[in-house]
Amino acid sequence: MSEKSPILHLRGINKSFGVAHVLHDVDLAIYPGQVTALVGDNGAGKSTLVKAIAGIYPADSGEYLFEGKPQHVTSAKDAAALGIEVVYQDLALCENLDIVENMFLGREKKNGLILDETTMESKAREALTSLSVRTVKSVRQSVASLSGGQRQTVAIAKSVLWNSKIVLLDEPTAALGVAQTRQVLDLVRRLADSGVGVLLISHNLTDVFEVADRITALYLGRVAADVATKDVTSTQVVELITTGQSAGIAGPATKAVTS
Amino acid sequence: MTDIVTDAEEAGFASDLTQSNTLGESVRAYITRVRGGDMGALPSIAGLVVLFIVFNLANDKFLSNLNLANLITQSGSIIILAMGLVMVLLLGEIDLSAGFAGGVSACVMGVLMVEQNQNWVIAVLAALFFGAAIGLSIGLLVAKLGIPSFVVTLAYFLALQGVALWLIGEGGSVRIDQDVISGIANNNMSVAAGWISAGVIIAVLTALRLRQHRRKVSLGLQHQPLALVAVQIAVVGIVLLVVTYVLNQNRSVNPTFPIKGIPYVLPMVIVLLIFWTFMLGRTSWGRHVYAVGGNPEAARRAGINVDRIRISVFIICSSMAALSGIVQASYVGKVSTSSGGSYTLLFAVGAAVIGGTSLFGGKGKASDAVIGGLVIATIANGLGLLAQKSYITFLVTGGVLLLAASVDAISRRRRSATGLG
Repeated sequence: MSEKSPILHLRGINKSFGVAHVLHDVDLAIYPGQVTALVGDNGAGKSTLVKAIAGIYPADSGEYLFEGKPQHVTSAKDAAALGIEVVYQDLALCENLDIVENMFLGREKKNGLILDETTMESKAREALTSLSVRTVKSVRQSVASLSGGQRQTVAIAKSVLWNSKIVLLDEPTAALGVAQTRQVLDLVRRLADSGVGVLLISHNLTDVFEVADRITALYLGRVAADVATKDVTSTQVVELITTGQSAGIAGPATKAVTS
Repeated sequence: MTDIVTDAEEAGFASDLTQSNTLGESVRAYITRVRGGDMGALPSIAGLVVLFIVFNLANDKFLSNLNLANLITQSGSIIILAMGLVMVLLLGEIDLSAGFAGGVSACVMGVLMVEQNQNWVIAVLAALFFGAAIGLSIGLLVAKLGIPSFVVTLAYFLALQGVALWLIGEGGSVRIDQDVISGIANNNMSVAAGWISAGVIIAVLTALRLRQHRRKVSLGLQHQPLALVAVQIAVVGIVLLVVTYVLNQNRSVNPTFPIKGIPYVLPMVIVLLIFWTFMLGRTSWGRHVYAVGGNPEAARRAGINVDRIRISVFIICSSMAALSGIVQASYVGKVSTSSGGSYTLLFAVGAAVIGGTSLFGGKGKASDAVIGGLVIATIANGLGLLAQKSYITFLVTGGVLLLAASVDAISRRRRSATGLG
């Protein structure tokens, strides 16, 4: 499947909410230095899967292998400790704080009791620089003055700051214009090129085909296909999303659905 | 460090690193910010200047040394209470019970000193502890049970009046004639001590600001131009020296009993101002207060204990209210069942909002309470001098509060329209 071993490997993940069986034996692999796209229609279980990875709704059963070792991730803290960062769709930034303050929020650097502003400012700048962010004029700008794309950039740069190994991006381009989408996709690519494993949740197949190395399609809580982007066409992925199968692609769900 | 700087310049942060733009540019940037709705303390300072001019024209006694000293003493308890309220307003919450929390805490102090013959230190500590306990219970109800602070503190507003009646008895009052306590609002520092304190504050401020500036420049961080730093130090220094000079003049109407020196309330307010400015601006607690006020959900996801921050600000607010109640008791020389009632809370909320603290949360400073408190005290003092009936004071103060809240709402709309924080 791949020359590298996955940094995160989920096997046979199941999750139910009461009678609703949302995830059926889901397998997912995230590789370092690659962008894995998670696609699927509304209600296919994308969000639930992301929350299972992030420890918000731990899975009922299944294996959670991080760097080959089984882990019990039962809270957001556990996931963060492993180096898994989630960038939410609504970004979770404080508009009344500036970029540096937001990037270090909850994890401020201190000199005794006093905030170490100089270190935080240098490190924030370093993180933005390492992603070649050119659109932000000053790291001391308040977030309220940033555009949607710039905010997305700050949220993503935060994960670089904390040396995350995996970054989960929930619909990062959903609310953005054309030029801003371009910037964010470039950023996602650079993030992966720096060795981070990126999981991109997206509805937008153009975006997916542009940056993703692999595509995992979910259909009604099952994995319909796990393929390399170069091996499939957009039409086939649409079929996978809408019907769970596509001619020429045999996924685990195809068998499950037809049996 | 050097290679970071070069990288940063390539990445387009050059403007940000060489921020030593001229004073003129800083002034223009400031005007742009004000136009965009980020007015800060500007409206309240302008208001204060207008009030001073109007009252001076209406009554030549207004700018007399005696009245200015009086004004500072009057504003003391308002400012201290408003400082506590700023913390609560920063979270977008409200504490309607703060006035009575202060009144009842002062009653606790009075009863302990007069009826139980306790030492004043014990009485003051008990009052502060009582205030903190009120704040803790309010905070727990708001944060853990999720009752809106408006409702919780409205209940406390009523209940605390009952506590005051129970402590002091119907219609009663307790005289405060302990030297230290009544000295807070009625005694003055010696002239020499006043000058020395002012000098020390200016020297320390200058040293700290210059050191900070040099450090930022040497590390290539964003900084203000040196000229602006100098102007800021100069403004604070001149204000301090003028106030010290005025208060060190003899202001007594009776030539045989000269009164001069800085009233002890003023250093008390300055110490509180420095302390809370430091706490809000330089500690992670302060950063988290702003974060919770700006976006509680983001703060929660960033791992901040939102409940603990909420509870802490209510404790601070009620404790500051207790302190304010003690200062007020010192000023009027007694505590009674109506201490902390009537316009006490309205004046303090008004002071915070007039000073520039937003009712929507996330924006405000300890210094807002000082400027706003001076505006409120000036209105009350000036209208009092003009021998206006007290209904006029209420009407005017209510009007000013509405005006300040409108300025807050409009500037907030403007800020979101122009994208300023």
